Amino acid sequence: MLLLTPHPSRFTAKLMNPAFSVIFLTTLIGVGQGLFLALYAAELGAAFGWIAVPHAQRFFAAGSALSLAFLAAGLLASFFHLGHPERAWRSAAMWRTSWLSREVIALPLFMAAVAAYGGAHYLGFGATLLLGSAGVLLCLALFICTAMIYACLKFLQEWATPLTVINYVLLGSASGFSFAAAFAASAASADHGLVRVLVYAAGMLTVSALCTRVASLRRNSRLKAKSSLQTAIGIKHPRIVQKAQGFMGGSFNTREFFHGKAPRVLLAVKWGFLALVFPVPLVLLLAGESLSSAVLLEAAFAIQFLGLIAERWYFFAQANHPQNLYYQAIS
Amino acid sequence: MTQLALVIDLNVCVGCHACVTSCKEWNTSGEAGFLSDDNPYDRDPTGTFFNRVQTFEVGEFPDTQTVHFPKSCLHCEDPPCVPVCPTGASYKRAEDGIVLVDYDKCIGCKYCAWACPYGVREIDEHQKVMKKCTLCVDRIYDQNLPEAQRKPACVLACPTSARLYGDIHDSESVVSQAIRDSGGYALMPEWGTHPANHYLPRRKNEIRIHKDELERAANPLKIDGLLPKPGVKEPALDDVTSW
Repeated sequence: MLLLTPHPSRFTAKLMNPAFSVIFLTTLIGVGQGLFLALYAAELGAAFGWIAVPHAQRFFAAGSALSLAFLAAGLLASFFHLGHPERAWRSAAMWRTSWLSREVIALPLFMAAVAAYGGAHYLGFGATLLLGSAGVLLCLALFICTAMIYACLKFLQEWATPLTVINYVLLGSASGFSFAAAFAASAASADHGLVRVLVYAAGMLTVSALCTRVASLRRNSRLKAKSSLQTAIGIKHPRIVQKAQGFMGGSFNTREFFHGKAPRVLLAVKWGFLALVFPVPLVLLLAGESLSSAVLLEAAFAIQFLGLIAERWYFFAQANHPQNLYYQAIS
Repeated sequence: MTQLALVIDLNVCVGCHACVTSCKEWNTSGEAGFLSDDNPYDRDPTGTFFNRVQTFEVGEFPDTQTVHFPKSCLHCEDPPCVPVCPTGASYKRAEDGIVLVDYDKCIGCKYCAWACPYGVREIDEHQKVMKKCTLCVDRIYDQNLPEAQRKPACVLACPTSARLYGDIHDSESVVSQAIRDSGGYALMPEWGTHPANHYLPRRKNEIRIHKDELERAANPLKIDGLLPKPGVKEPALDDVTSW
């Protein structure tokens, strides 16, 4: 009996066992989307004559290629989440009801738009601003689809908030603009104006994302769970204790919805991402801009992206699935 | 409209797990393929199950009740797992309301399991598709079975008849009557899923007397009554014998 019974603390930690395929999917496409937005903003600024983009053709073509690379890497990561990746083509079918299906459509469409935008720049076609505006719309649609996959699950109360969508947009954009700043600094080091604008934009996006992410953390820390053991089994008694979950070993329910990490690990990840995504990149961005150091800007992006992986892990790990009420005690 | 469902009587369930094992037996032997197990006779056994019996203690010692709580897919009338499925592999049948997974379309993304507040969907770790209670859809319509056996395996296995099966949209069905008469309720009503399966609460026991219990079918008096009686004109015993 003792041998068979895993330590109860295995089941005390909350949902959800974060899948790294999904963490990489959402963070990588976030960079790709933010980078594209940065490129388009730079082209728009140049068109209005506010900023100068040196070697514009090469800058936009190479930038689009990099954005495409991030998006493709994210798409590749998503396949590792699937039990049957060879059937992935089927997942575009239910776009009328499923945000996941909508994301599956929006991502390749956006990739096509980025490819067209970069290709038009590379080949010197006109109408890049028009192509780019279509790309911006698809980019926002993709942000919304990705975030709504989580925000639409109403009983995952930590996710079911507009803040989820806002955070996905702002965090993705901030990391993309940071990358764009580092890219501009290394690709077009002659012109400092573009780098400065991108650094400031990345900084502002990072500060905005800090505000909304902290807002969602505060909201989640005050959440009152709607479901309880009483509603789960329908018995209105204040004291109900589970004595057996029906099996001694694990099951899908205990593996998928419990990460099994100690509270201090969660705390460390939370403060870790709060430091790595926001203040550290901000300082590095400003330092890189004032010292004209591409390396510092690259470091800013790298650290922010690392922090975003932790942020996404925490996003999943913090959510508490009502099904966990049924899996509180082994026997 | 038909909505097939189970009604589980928590007043009667003794927690014997017969429904769990018979469910596993039936559903691992069907045309849809086996339900994977790993280390079934070893350390950390794990496997795919459609049905589980859990045990809860209600109250404080010594005033406690031990409640055995069988849990399987509730075949919600508004199932949150169905609209989120990107491929349409998860669907709710219009004709009888059973929520099913098309194993040939499922891509194993687990999104439906995230979208189910009850935790009744399990991925098959070897076939990599989502599985769940089918209400024994491969059994309840099988014309080769005697009609009395066209019921889910768990219902047939239950030794205390704690599991009732029928159409909850038919007000005269045994399940509708049980819900009506014994205070049947749905789980987690706060999410608006409208589960089709209902649970009957713990309640004061009452004697239920069936007609065949009042009149014993094998009553010798009744059997005698059926024997042919001699007609009036027939010779009586006195006429044919004399001492």
